Amino acid sequence: MPLGWLLLLVLLIAAAGYVMGRRRALSGAGGDTRAMHSLPGAYGWNVAMAVLIPSLLLMAAWTAVAPSVIDRMVAPMVADQGDPALVMSDVRRVARGLVILDEGFDTIAAEGLRDRLASVGVAVGQDVSESTLAAAERYDILAARSSWLLTALTLAIAGGAAAWALRRTTPDLRARNEVERGIQGLLIAAALVAIATTIGIVLALIFNTIKFFQLYPATDFFFGLTWSPSFGGGSELGILPLIWGTLYISFISLLVAVPLGLLSAVYLSEYASHRVRAWAKPMLEVLAGIPSIVYGLFALLTVGPALLAVFGDGGLGWMDGGTAVMTAGLVMGIMLIPFVSSLSDDIINAVPQAMRDGSLGLGATPSETIRQVVLPAALPGIAGAVLLAASRSIGETMIVVLGAGAAAKLSLNPFEAMTTITAKIVSQLTGDQDFSSPEALVAFALGMTLFVVTLCLNILALWIVRRYREQYE
Amino acid sequence: MNDMRPIERATALDDTKISAKGVNVHYGAAHALKDVSVDIGDRLVTAFIGPSGCGKSTFLRCLNRMNDTIPSARVTGRIEIDGQDIYDRRVDPVQLRAKVGMVFQKPNPFPKSIYDNVAYGPKIHGLARSRADLDVIVEKALRRAALWTEAKDRLQSPGTGLSGGQQQRLCIARAVATEPEVLLMDEPCSALDPIATAQVEELIDELRQSYSVVIVTHSMQQAARVSQRTAFFHLGNLVEYGETGQIFTNPRDPRTESYISGRIG
Ligand SMILES: Nc1ncnc2c1ncn2[C@@H]1O[C@H](COP(=O)(O)OP(=O)(O)OP(=O)(O)O)[C@@H](O)[C@H]1O
Ligand SMILES: [Mg+2]
Repeated sequence: MPLGWLLLLVLLIAAAGYVMGRRRALSGAGGDTRAMHSLPGAYGWNVAMAVLIPSLLLMAAWTAVAPSVIDRMVAPMVADQGDPALVMSDVRRVARGLVILDEGFDTIAAEGLRDRLASVGVAVGQDVSESTLAAAERYDILAARSSWLLTALTLAIAGGAAAWALRRTTPDLRARNEVERGIQGLLIAAALVAIATTIGIVLALIFNTIKFFQLYPATDFFFGLTWSPSFGGGSELGILPLIWGTLYISFISLLVAVPLGLLSAVYLSEYASHRVRAWAKPMLEVLAGIPSIVYGLFALLTVGPALLAVFGDGGLGWMDGGTAVMTAGLVMGIMLIPFVSSLSDDIINAVPQAMRDGSLGLGATPSETIRQVVLPAALPGIAGAVLLAASRSIGETMIVVLGAGAAAKLSLNPFEAMTTITAKIVSQLTGDQDFSSPEALVAFALGMTLFVVTLCLNILALWIVRRYREQYE
Repeated sequence: MNDMRPIERATALDDTKISAKGVNVHYGAAHALKDVSVDIGDRLVTAFIGPSGCGKSTFLRCLNRMNDTIPSARVTGRIEIDGQDIYDRRVDPVQLRAKVGMVFQKPNPFPKSIYDNVAYGPKIHGLARSRADLDVIVEKALRRAALWTEAKDRLQSPGTGLSGGQQQRLCIARAVATEPEVLLMDEPCSALDPIATAQVEELIDELRQSYSVVIVTHSMQQAARVSQRTAFFHLGNLVEYGETGQIFTNPRDPRTESYISGRIG
């Protein structure tokens, strides 16, 4: 039975369990809800949970494990056909293709099968051999058996669980507490999924990075001064020019975003009237919601040409093209203004009013109060906000892809095109690539470096912000 | 300590320092202070007493225009200090607050060192010509607030690290350091132990030589001990105002009498 139908069936059993559990508890108490430990719905949910949890767990575990078990059982049949991973994917495709062709294994011939499969949209890697076909047949049988087994087991468990839970359903059962435990379990499961994915991503990064360092020396990667990948071989993959471009662009963007963001936050939190605040704060947040690709277009089409008109050959002659560190830095700075200002605004607002009153009560002006009392009190939090902004600008991709250019260079001139780690990850992985070459794998090493840097920045920022929070709470 | 006997005090009505006429305060729609008129004498200690929420702090904040910082507050009526209407358009509230110092109900030291907390006012008003000058001002203020012995070895440590009572005395020192002409104290002793309370009361008595002091207190004994005039507030009204001795021994209004004897409040 297909998984979707099975799922539906389990849900139906659970729904029936809910209705029956509820009814049973009610009738056990003679229809008097006051004589029951919990509300009737809780008994229903208790039965539904008893059905859902084991059967869904079984289905999830089965679908995760079964394919690789089947693969392992079939693989020996085609062990002589080359790369096992490629052959096995052919076996699976042939098995699926025969279903589409609507032919049995007894009538089909391996001869010309590849073309027939291609004609119905199933692409097979190499010509289908007799042993591949036999493996596909075996695969088909095993898959059908697995599906059948899963259906039977799931239904048995669901039914059994429903019966067991219904038998336990008496008015004295602490159904409410059981449901509470179930909800707690659900929340834990959701958190585990998030954590497990994160760990998975990090592990994938680490493994590919290690693979890269087996092909390319780590010292050349970390200390190399040239970045010139060539897929023909003989690439130089030094990260330093990329780090330099990344930091340079981030620096310029912070130079724009921090003063403007901070000043607008001070205005919003200390001077703006309620009406201005109610209007300006959402506006800033809208600005924060603009996708960065839009800022990238803005850099490419507006800021770049404008800068070129002033600093290019027609003007001061410092700039060769529209894409430059300055273009990307300015636009990224604009993108970060709402981020900095909204975080700083929250932090400034967290400074207790009593602190301002104390200063004003001593005859200080509002601006003296802000400079000498409010900002120093908010400083650690603001530093945290700036670090968060820095880690965002380091990880930003679209603006640099469109605004900063593609040349990896070590230069001090902000009007020259440079490139960043993120932009190079994109360019190393776009296009047809052999994912086992160092030129492609370097993307993982770059990603890993980026990940470590932003992680450190974020931890530092959160640590600072948290320390500051403790002062007032 | 529990001496409630009215002490013979100079009864001659001295010069008026602050004169309030028909002051009303609204917080949004709530009418918090209703038509209060009072003359506060120079070189006297005036105590405001009354049950919680009756508007003592509100009236105190009118006297240095701290209500300006509350967006919903609306103050009407006339308040004069030395004959000058402080709500006049030409009066700079910043200047006014330098002249009328305030100690708040809750201690609110700045997140700075003890020294910088006290030096804050003198610095922004340019009261010290040199660093040595400033040191002298800070020491004097801390001594007057009875904090010097505890704080002299940790002047550079943060003011927020002090205990609640020490913080309150730090705030008193901070207010005294700017040499205000009027000092408004909102329950300055509510977080203090009896010894520190006695020291603060001594300070209040000393300040009276040169300033006028207004103190809000929930302690009848304290009002009787330190003040020469007492004002009793109830539900936003100024019920009775007069000689402290008279208020405590011979109140004219039955509400005052019940409050003092502990029947309302
Ligand atoms: N910022 C404010 N916004 C709105 N209402 C306020 C505000 N401050 C005070 N009030 C109201 O004004 C009234 C008087 O308050 P006030 O703080 O002056 O009382 P109080 O006499 O000082 O009381 P306590 O002895 O408890 O300090 C109260 O009803 C209070 O709820
Ligand atoms: Mg009060």
